[in-house]
Amino acid sequence: MTTLLEVENLSRSFGGLVAVKDVSFSLRAGRITALIGPNGAGKTTCFNLVAGALKPTSGRVLFEGRQIDNSPPETVCRMGIARTFQIVRPMREMSVLENAMIGAFSWTRNVSEARSKAYESLESVGLAAKAHARTDQLTLPDRKMLETAKALSTRPKLLLLDEVMAGLRPTEAAGIVGVLQKLAEGGLTILLVEHVMRIVMEVASRVVVLHHGAKIAEGPPGEVVADPKVLESYLGAGFHV
Amino acid sequence: MQKKFDRGVERTRWLAGITVFAVLGLVGLLANPYVISLMTIVLLFTFLGQSWNLMLGIGGQLSIGHALFVGLGAYSVGVLYVRYGISPWVGLLTGMILAGSVGASIAWLSFRFEVRGIYFALLTIAAAEFARIMFSGWEFVGAMQGLFFPAPSGGIEISMLRGDARFYYFVALALAALGIIGTEFISRSYLGYVWRAMRDDESAARALGVRTFQHKILVISLSAAMAAAGGGVLALVQGSIFPDSIMGMGLSVDVLIGPVVGGLGTTFGPLVGSLAAIPLNHLMSALGDSLRIPGLNNITYGVVLISVVWFLPDGIWPAIVRLCKAIQAPPTAWLWHSRKVEE
Ligand SMILES: Nc1ncnc2c1ncn2[C@@H]1O[C@H](COP(=O)(O)OP(=O)(O)O)[C@@H](O)[C@H]1O
Ligand SMILES: [Mg+2]
Repeated sequence: MTTLLEVENLSRSFGGLVAVKDVSFSLRAGRITALIGPNGAGKTTCFNLVAGALKPTSGRVLFEGRQIDNSPPETVCRMGIARTFQIVRPMREMSVLENAMIGAFSWTRNVSEARSKAYESLESVGLAAKAHARTDQLTLPDRKMLETAKALSTRPKLLLLDEVMAGLRPTEAAGIVGVLQKLAEGGLTILLVEHVMRIVMEVASRVVVLHHGAKIAEGPPGEVVADPKVLESYLGAGFHV
Repeated sequence: MQKKFDRGVERTRWLAGITVFAVLGLVGLLANPYVISLMTIVLLFTFLGQSWNLMLGIGGQLSIGHALFVGLGAYSVGVLYVRYGISPWVGLLTGMILAGSVGASIAWLSFRFEVRGIYFALLTIAAAEFARIMFSGWEFVGAMQGLFFPAPSGGIEISMLRGDARFYYFVALALAALGIIGTEFISRSYLGYVWRAMRDDESAARALGVRTFQHKILVISLSAAMAAAGGGVLALVQGSIFPDSIMGMGLSVDVLIGPVVGGLGTTFGPLVGSLAAIPLNHLMSALGDSLRIPGLNNITYGVVLISVVWFLPDGIWPAIVRLCKAIQAPPTAWLWHSRKVEE
């Protein structure tokens, strides 16, 4: 198994606040890893650091062995890392389909090729029927799925998903879980921020737990949920799956 | 079903476009000299508005100093022709390259140092004012006294781009058509998609791999080159170039009125807006003269602009489209319906 992404002693502070503190972990190709922790733990900041949207205060990020923490987001994306935004960011004046096309232009200039890729991405997250809607006609869960489709259109090797299943009904979430598992079987590596532990237990082969910016646990889901530190700081005493 | 809908809209757009240009062609053949000269200005400002529209309406970059590029085009044509007798075709090309490079340099400097949005717009004004003051004191280009083209000999000389008012009307019409077709073409190419993405949300576009730094420079230099071409023809039409009018703030404002009134980011907006605003301005100016109310045109202009922005914030053209859809005959209504069902 090869290592796709390595995060080494990553830190980032905002003024006096240390949002990410000396975090290290690595992702193996073709696996789904979950990044969990309470609100404000530094998960989204971690995503921003990996995706090039923020520069680390210290530490390194290596993707396929190359250092990327000094690269701008568009370069990181073109190397194969796509991310969704927790606070969704649709292009408002563009249709759902057009939104899903943008990412494809990172690897093609052919509009009809981009359009078919966009349909394929929308199809995989269950949004194909709404391809011609305006983004403000979508519900919030649908907008999150649009974020996912936009990212998928870039043909990523690594997909960073920031709470994309929030607000989905359990049946819908199960559908998306199936989609993610299929993508992972096809070789895609996924790093997933998710609060619903049932989903984490089901899809993730590894779990990284952040608390106050620091990593407090890492391992297979079964071990992590039994870790007293995790129970105390995040899941709460008396948690059981 | 979607295919059918697209084709229907497509056909309507083409029909509308061809009809409009056929009518404008007839105007050129039949109208009296006053209408011809007025409509020449309308068409030139359609083209200039289109260049500005490409930059803000599609690329998301605001310029309030487009007169800089218009002026560079005008002076390139003027200096080469008046001083050296070189064909305005060469002048136009020179002006486009010059303005394109100046636009690219301003954009590069600005974005390199993270000057964006409204601050970038302020920088465009500063650059235009700087150029205006420089040209005002530069003897070689005529300084404040201006640059005058020799009176046309009467005949039409295509190689020198010289001719009578009707000739220039058709030059302006060709330019406007080219601007509209070109914008439509770009808008549908991958550039149109990534530029609109960058306009709507720059960081989200970057996260999807759009190299916004390069694309901003590209859209700005393209817009600048277009503005220069329009400026070159405007100089030929007017027969003279003065720094205060061709590079002044007033011209920068005139350039953006068409697209703002007509509909920002739309293909037909600049034409519709110029058709509405420029004749109105002339009419009110004439009325003001005869009623001895100086400035009547400015007041009316202001009132109309404010009303449009107030009542039709996305411009006249989108309002016309909405109206047509509301009163649409059965076939298109059906297509509209089919789209709703799909959604
Ligand atoms: N751009 C920023 N400026 C200042 N503080 C920030 C910024 N982004 C995040 N933070 C702070 O960093 C901490 C971690 O936030 P975040 O990474 O969003 O956590 P999570 O995604 O785990 O909920 C929070 O205290 C948040 O307020
Ligand atoms: Mg977060």
